[in-house]
Amino acid sequence: MDIDQPIRHVDAVAFQFSRIKKRIFRKKYLKIYVGGSIFLALLFASLLAPIIAPHDPAKLDLTLKLLRAFESEDFILGTDNLGRDLLSRIIYGSRISLLIGVVSVLFAATLGALLGAISAYFGKYVDELIMKVVEIFLAFPFLLLSIVIMAFLGPGLTNIIIALVLSRWVQFCRLVRGEVLSIKGRDHVVAAKALGAKDMYIIVRHILPYTMPSLIVMCTFEVALVIIYESSLSFLGLGVPASVPTWGTMLAEGRTYMMAAPWLSVFPGLAIFVTVLGINLLGDGLRDVLDPRMRGR
Amino acid sequence: MEKLLEIVGLKTHFFLDNGVVPAIDGLDFWIGRGETVGVVGESGSGKSVTALSIMGVVPNPPGKTVEGEILFEGSDLLAYDAEQMRRIRGKEIAMILQDPMTSLNPVFTIGNQIAEVFMLHGGKSHPEAIEGAIEMLQVVGIPNPEKRVHEYPHQLSGGMRQRVMIAMALSCTPKLLIADEPTTALDVTIQAQTLALMASLKDRYKMAIMLITHNLGIVAEMCQRVVVMYAGKMMEEAEVESLFANPMHPYTRGLLRSLPGVDRKERRHQRLVAIPGIVPNLLNLPKGCRFSTRCEEHIGICKEEEPPLFARDRHRVRCWLMKD
Repeated sequence: MDIDQPIRHVDAVAFQFSRIKKRIFRKKYLKIYVGGSIFLALLFASLLAPIIAPHDPAKLDLTLKLLRAFESEDFILGTDNLGRDLLSRIIYGSRISLLIGVVSVLFAATLGALLGAISAYFGKYVDELIMKVVEIFLAFPFLLLSIVIMAFLGPGLTNIIIALVLSRWVQFCRLVRGEVLSIKGRDHVVAAKALGAKDMYIIVRHILPYTMPSLIVMCTFEVALVIIYESSLSFLGLGVPASVPTWGTMLAEGRTYMMAAPWLSVFPGLAIFVTVLGINLLGDGLRDVLDPRMRGR
Repeated sequence: MEKLLEIVGLKTHFFLDNGVVPAIDGLDFWIGRGETVGVVGESGSGKSVTALSIMGVVPNPPGKTVEGEILFEGSDLLAYDAEQMRRIRGKEIAMILQDPMTSLNPVFTIGNQIAEVFMLHGGKSHPEAIEGAIEMLQVVGIPNPEKRVHEYPHQLSGGMRQRVMIAMALSCTPKLLIADEPTTALDVTIQAQTLALMASLKDRYKMAIMLITHNLGIVAEMCQRVVVMYAGKMMEEAEVESLFANPMHPYTRGLLRSLPGVDRKERRHQRLVAIPGIVPNLLNLPKGCRFSTRCEEHIGICKEEEPPLFARDRHRVRCWLMKD
């Protein structure tokens, strides 16, 4: 059959297109789409904050203080006790949340995955040593550990990322170690060894790619978790400097006006809630697709 | 013949929670330059562990080579450190694993995987290595290598993948090729092709082959000498004609009897003879000869004392019946 015949060709294209459409709009991807759109919207909001935000988030105007939400068209979500636009502050706050969430998870995942892979691959005393360190880290309640580290380092964006990386890498380490233990005995790894490949080369090229599906899923859940913990730390005054708007500090400031001006805490809280929900949905959907143990359920 | 590889008193044990498994329990044999030696035996007789021990890739823990020497061109591989050993692997001694379906990394193109060997041992740049990979694919008879080199393992058939494995193993022209049941996972016509390919490449590169198999037909076809292993020990070693014409160990005779014969009239309508029982649990070996529990010809001393190797010309056998 000659598929270059024009009319058949058009048919084939239409057929292909309908198949692709079917493949993309499958029910099992629903979570990914919903979660992904929330995440993307957040990403755009944070990248385009100066364009989207109706006001300067730092601009004080005491004549406009504590405007109610939905009362004024100019300040849709109202203003805080210093007359700053709440919506603009929430939009700018997403920058910090997202930056901290993504960056600290990236670092924690890299550090954890490498150490976990090394631990499982070399085994013996290397494994003992790394796992003992992991256990020590796990023995501390996570929030307490971050608080202690922040108290040492002092507030600041870099420091909060360091604190979160130091307290979250162990989760990745344990996950990857378990995966690598089962992968390192596979034939293609033995084959690579028998061909004289170097250990680190085998780890990076022949083992770590296999841990990617579970690692990606873990990363999304961790981003959500880290965003919550960043807010908690900021709420406790251990986060970024107070001049930078973050959802956590906004919650903390709004707490004082909880009865008089509940919108000051409700909307930042809602922002955290929707963000975490979206990222968790994304992670859940990704797990359904990527994790072979969950497939077919 | 000059000895390329000599194994002396090799012991590789696995240390498990419920005891020590002597997977290889004192093994001696050698392989000459350019010689093909077959290693046969049932599953669990220690054939594959021998291969892993020579390559130094026994999974550790729980496995460890505890005693013996592996002399390669006169120097003991067991005394080498990790880096020296790494240089030997793939360059001097290469290995083909049993299952070509799982031995290739599905995430990379076959070209990249062959190129890997050139970059590791030949110090070549990536484009040069890909050139080398194309050349090797041509050598192992894969049609259209310029196109195939960019394909992934799942795009190739089993026979093709085993050819790719052979190409990888041969790309640094090793002096010794260890083939661990290279054709077990392939169907019969592809088996014949693969073996013919290995035989022709052996002549071309003048390398020695250690052929692990439980197919005695392949041994007869390919090998000059045969080592018969049972429960971690060598039971019989002989040149291939001598072994088939005059198998001295009851175990070897049992293996030969269990082959179906299509050409021999007198056996055509007989039941196939099986060796009764299974390989003994290595954690709990019988006293005396380790084959005595399944041996139909055992005599008093067999259950008392382990037989040493008795030599008859160039035919060695571990059986009390051959004592005189």
